[in-house]
Amino acid sequence: MQAFIYPVVTAIVIALIAALMLALAAKFMSVPVNETQVKIREQLPGANCGACGFAGCDDYAAALAEEGSTVKTNLCVPGADAAAAAIASILGQDAMDVIEQVANVRCSGLCDSTKPEMDYQGIKTCAAAKSMFGGPGSCKFGCIGFGDCERACPYGAIEVCNGLAKVNREICVGCGICAATCPQKIIDIIPDVKRVFVACSSADKGAVTNKLCSAGCIGCKLCEKACKFDAIHVEDNHAKIDIEKCKNCGLCAKACPKKVIHVYPKPNVKPMVKVG
Amino acid sequence: MGFSKHLNGVHVNHSKNTAGLPIIPMPAPEKVYIPMSQHIGAPCTPVVKVGDAVKTGQIIGDSDARTSAPIHSSVSGTVEAITQGMTQAGKIDTIVVIKSDGKRELADTVVPPEINSFEEFVAAVRASGVVGLGGAGFPMGTKFNIKPGTVEYLIINGAECEPYITVDHAAMLEFTRDIIDGIRATMKWLQIPKCYIGIEGNKPDAIAKFNELLKGDESIKVHELRQIYPQGAERVIIYETTGRIVSYGMIPWNAGCIVANVTSMLKMSHYLKTGLPLVSKYITVDGDIVVHPQNVLVPIGTPIADVIDFCGGLKEEPGKIILGGPMMGRATPSDEYSVCKSNSAILCFSKAFSNQRKETACINCGRCVAACPMSLMPARISRAFKDKDVEALKELDVLYCMDCGSCAYVCPARKPLNFEFRQAKAMVMEASKK
Repeated sequence: MQAFIYPVVTAIVIALIAALMLALAAKFMSVPVNETQVKIREQLPGANCGACGFAGCDDYAAALAEEGSTVKTNLCVPGADAAAAAIASILGQDAMDVIEQVANVRCSGLCDSTKPEMDYQGIKTCAAAKSMFGGPGSCKFGCIGFGDCERACPYGAIEVCNGLAKVNREICVGCGICAATCPQKIIDIIPDVKRVFVACSSADKGAVTNKLCSAGCIGCKLCEKACKFDAIHVEDNHAKIDIEKCKNCGLCAKACPKKVIHVYPKPNVKPMVKVG
Repeated sequence: MGFSKHLNGVHVNHSKNTAGLPIIPMPAPEKVYIPMSQHIGAPCTPVVKVGDAVKTGQIIGDSDARTSAPIHSSVSGTVEAITQGMTQAGKIDTIVVIKSDGKRELADTVVPPEINSFEEFVAAVRASGVVGLGGAGFPMGTKFNIKPGTVEYLIINGAECEPYITVDHAAMLEFTRDIIDGIRATMKWLQIPKCYIGIEGNKPDAIAKFNELLKGDESIKVHELRQIYPQGAERVIIYETTGRIVSYGMIPWNAGCIVANVTSMLKMSHYLKTGLPLVSKYITVDGDIVVHPQNVLVPIGTPIADVIDFCGGLKEEPGKIILGGPMMGRATPSDEYSVCKSNSAILCFSKAFSNQRKETACINCGRCVAACPMSLMPARISRAFKDKDVEALKELDVLYCMDCGSCAYVCPARKPLNFEFRQAKAMVMEASKK
């Protein structure tokens, strides 16, 4: 019996001393935790995509939880309305709708519509290919198609098929990482409600574009004439849409002879073609 | 830089097929396409208008910037167009198109310059339009615009370490006296006490000729360089001749040296004697599919296709056309681009010869480390580049890389190492800007 008591008592005494030290440390050395910040952080999706403009979810939560913060509650694009509403209720503010953003590639040059200009044998990334005579394709403004954006996207929402980056609008959250990665700077982040866009960014003159790519904007200005809202203009030899003015009517797309103005169908519309 | 007395390098196949051949002047082509940016620094703005009559040696582009060199018409004729277009440097640039009348008449401005002071000498060098003709394209006028007496060594780069190219060799044999006169003028006006002429050991006839003409002159010495690539790189030749080290961020002037290519010196010397600016360039045309490989004197702005035609054309469809040497030159996607000041070779290779072998995984053999003249660790830099690790890239001194391609040449896994480092350098530069 005696043999047990000494070690047990010793262990208990050590444990008590350690517990006392920990209790004191917790009392005097504690870092104040903002409970609001923790609550807000729980509502955020944790993708750390940076779409809000902060260096990650923790940073955004901290900025929101600060006393007298004027940071808007609807900046989290991946979290969408649910996160915005939850954050607003935590902070006791009115809920604001999240303006959902989506990435959009301003090029429609598939492998069939343009020609390669050289047999590029270097590193298979867009940034490297661009350093050699502006890219292996004949058009120096369009998508190079080695998929730098595909590798950068944290959601798998963009992929290169047939030499052109395509965005899956269902998955895309509009964080803008692809737009920052693209060496050609042809990826735009636009509000999800805008469904009409020009899929070309060639600054070559119309005749040159016509020769290089069968799907390029030739700057004919028919869209300008068709638009009733003064929302589309030809600048740098290709049409550009002013997203503030565009009403999604699609008249420009109908007028376009090269079919480079694309119109996305409205979400939740029944498909036109019946299957089966 | 290690314990060895010499810097690392690789033994490349010299392939100097055109060695010993004379330089053949090429007649003026039908049209010349002269880009307005053929040097490092500010691009020139055209000073002629469409329809103007121009003569050989007349200034057609100039700039007020400190780092720039004027551009002269290489033929006589009329300016047909001034357009924007892609040049052989891979950039979009203003191009002056001149239709030649075939006479190549000299302009009235072509008279020997009068030089009585240092300022006049620098102005004359700038007016000659000479840039670093070895490939760098740094304007000579800017390089020489220093305080006289601050430089200890003038180093003339006649290494020509790149395979195939033999124009510097041919120029050294043909115009030895002119080169020496240019060196003496530079040494006189810049007050440089000593000069080294670095020539690689595979050109014994050039070394002998210089030694013969320089007998009794102690200030100019011929330095025989080892036959190893890249002896002609600026930092390497400074180290090999003077033992001085030029680190990153320094220019040779900080180490008391000025390096000039031997052809640049020759063209400058020609300008001082005759007043004819840089309007034509010595070019080696070689490669396994060229019918008559030879050294040609080409008017600047001549389309590559015309130069190849002058050499008898090609035996078959080319797989690769390289402007410059095979180690550091750039492959060009089209033969429509024109020859510019910093080109020294046009190499045409067949598809079978130029086919790249497939890249395999790195086996950590360390041959790239043994080959790097700057004692970097290419394999580790490559890994850091794959990880996009800017901090590691900085630590591994990727900015010291001078793109000589020795690592990629020896790599048994055929990794495009120096191409990766070019991207890595851009990445580091961009990160440091933020």
